[in-house]
Amino acid sequence: MSAIVVLLAGLVAMALGYFIYSKFIAEKIFQLDPNFRTPANEFEDGVDYVPTNKFILWGHHFTSVAGAAPIVGPAIAVIWGWLPAFLWVIFGTIFFAGVHDAGAIWASVRNRARSIGAVTGDVIGARARSLFMIVIFLVLLMVNAVFAVVIANLLIANPSAVVPAWGAILVALIIGQMIYRRRTNLLTVSIIGVVALYGLILIGPMVPISLPESFLGLPQNSLWILILFLYAAIASLLPVWVLLQPRDYINGLQLFIGLGIVYAAVLIGNPTMVAPAVNPDVPAGTPSLLPLLFVTIACGAISGFHGLVSSGTTSKQIKNEKDVRFVGYFGAVGEGSLALAAILATSAGFATLAEWQALYSSFGAGGVNAFVQGGANIVSAGLGLPQDIAVTLLTVMAVLFAGTTMDTGIRLQRYIMQEWGTIYNIPALRSIPVATVVAVGACVALAFGAGGLDGSGGLLIWPLFGTTNQLLAGLTLLVITVIIVRLGRPMWFTLIPLAFLLTMTTYALLIQLVSFYNDGNWFLLFLDVVILIAAILVLLECVGVLRKHLRERDARQSTG
Amino acid sequence: MSKGDRPDRQDRSGSPNRGDGRAWLEQARHFAEEFYFGRYRSTIARARRDQDDLFMLLVFSEMMGVPNPATYYTLELQPLLLERFHDWHRRMGMEHSPLDHFRCC
Repeated sequence: MSAIVVLLAGLVAMALGYFIYSKFIAEKIFQLDPNFRTPANEFEDGVDYVPTNKFILWGHHFTSVAGAAPIVGPAIAVIWGWLPAFLWVIFGTIFFAGVHDAGAIWASVRNRARSIGAVTGDVIGARARSLFMIVIFLVLLMVNAVFAVVIANLLIANPSAVVPAWGAILVALIIGQMIYRRRTNLLTVSIIGVVALYGLILIGPMVPISLPESFLGLPQNSLWILILFLYAAIASLLPVWVLLQPRDYINGLQLFIGLGIVYAAVLIGNPTMVAPAVNPDVPAGTPSLLPLLFVTIACGAISGFHGLVSSGTTSKQIKNEKDVRFVGYFGAVGEGSLALAAILATSAGFATLAEWQALYSSFGAGGVNAFVQGGANIVSAGLGLPQDIAVTLLTVMAVLFAGTTMDTGIRLQRYIMQEWGTIYNIPALRSIPVATVVAVGACVALAFGAGGLDGSGGLLIWPLFGTTNQLLAGLTLLVITVIIVRLGRPMWFTLIPLAFLLTMTTYALLIQLVSFYNDGNWFLLFLDVVILIAAILVLLECVGVLRKHLRERDARQSTG
Repeated sequence: MSKGDRPDRQDRSGSPNRGDGRAWLEQARHFAEEFYFGRYRSTIARARRDQDDLFMLLVFSEMMGVPNPATYYTLELQPLLLERFHDWHRRMGMEHSPLDHFRCC
């Protein structure tokens, strides 16, 4: 089958979702009101609350939520064949992610733009709020550990990307200085930054760098992981304008360029979907598609992390409540299109089925490297770029996404640590260096604890990360559903996704529990149990709060 | 070029002065700047405020009983900081100025 057909089918379906389904949700369920005075207008202060043009806001929102996760998830899930992954990404984006993301912004806008965690405290209760914090902490912990492993693997597999991937940090540092110290025009800076980044990608293959096979008894893999965490710790301590801000900016530009390159290459080269639509003989040890597919692809189909971005910053800048639909729902569509690109690269980027099967030899084996290899084949065939440069380009794209997420993730984790230091009165934890060391230490422990010193187990965490991310999405959907029930509107459009998510996550956790037990992986077994407890608490919270509100609604209806 | 001009194009697709390159460039720059600064506006404002508070502490240290060898010079700066001082003590939860010699309200 031609990849163009799959690409167009996906894009048309998501476009229909935006034009028809999101219109219905916005008008009938959320009932967005253009005359509602949004917090951005009400509390406008030029700092936090700034009424912002919806296209700019969409750009912020999309680049904040899009990262390496919508690439890693689909790239692993293609092992079951491309069709299940494709269907989950498309339907997930239309009926789950779009409603969830727009709903989180809407719920926050209607609650003085407070974060979804705070809104949870108000709408459901303090217990749900604590649960929220714990789940967020777990998500961050896992995302940092997994991404360190992903980047390490990529840098080992593609030494040509080492120079551009680290050089991008230098480019960001210089851009930051140019903007704040020299006050250079931002358009000039953008051009310089992009040219420098892509210049580095051209140079990369000429100067491949590999770490020594073993150093101080540590294999190459662990060395990269340690270096990455050391970097992330330092980066999280620097003022944001020095590194994080310019790095995010360059990364945002690169996201659009990279996405454009992959889509253009597919359209020009018209590769064939080599991977089977549904894989009849999955490698031994691959877990069953149901329910694992639904937690392997979290970002790209539905991700709780988006709710944090939606309610933390985006909602404070919504100029008109009507914009919620475009920013939230279309943001999810953007993320879905990134996941779609990952599916295309991993299933159409190979010459023969045997080549594809060799990469997907076991569960978790294909992953991002398949994205890089397949994507590079498509790009070099479609756009005529030399193979080694195409490989470097795709590797840098994935590394930069994962790296930026790590930078932010470690910083957020430090904030949580400091907050816990204040709540539980542990003065040491309140200090920035201690909180950073504890945050990074926990991530390193997880990256190595999952599968030994070579960090190979890091990717075993991936489905657990997806599960936790879905739980977070479940909590947000619960808040939205409760608000909708209180308003006396139909709740099925959020309740069905919520029920589906909770069923799949709990089911996946139980399946993984058995497999970790059989493998004797006690560390992950423990983590699984912790998440399972959180999932059960979320489930109980859902049943309890919904029953209460439905009873209240019935009582109101019978009296009124 | 910058992605800031993506929405720009959509925004102005129907506008009559499309040929006006300078205005277009200006608009693109505006979008790029919003894109660069918007996301971190509050973080940077907060960091800046912390620095300003430290500076204020230096300027008013003598009044609070902390000896400061540079008082002779910082004295001159006090009137300039009047407005900011007022904001500061309100932010710190004090209704009125805590300093006897420095009444702003």
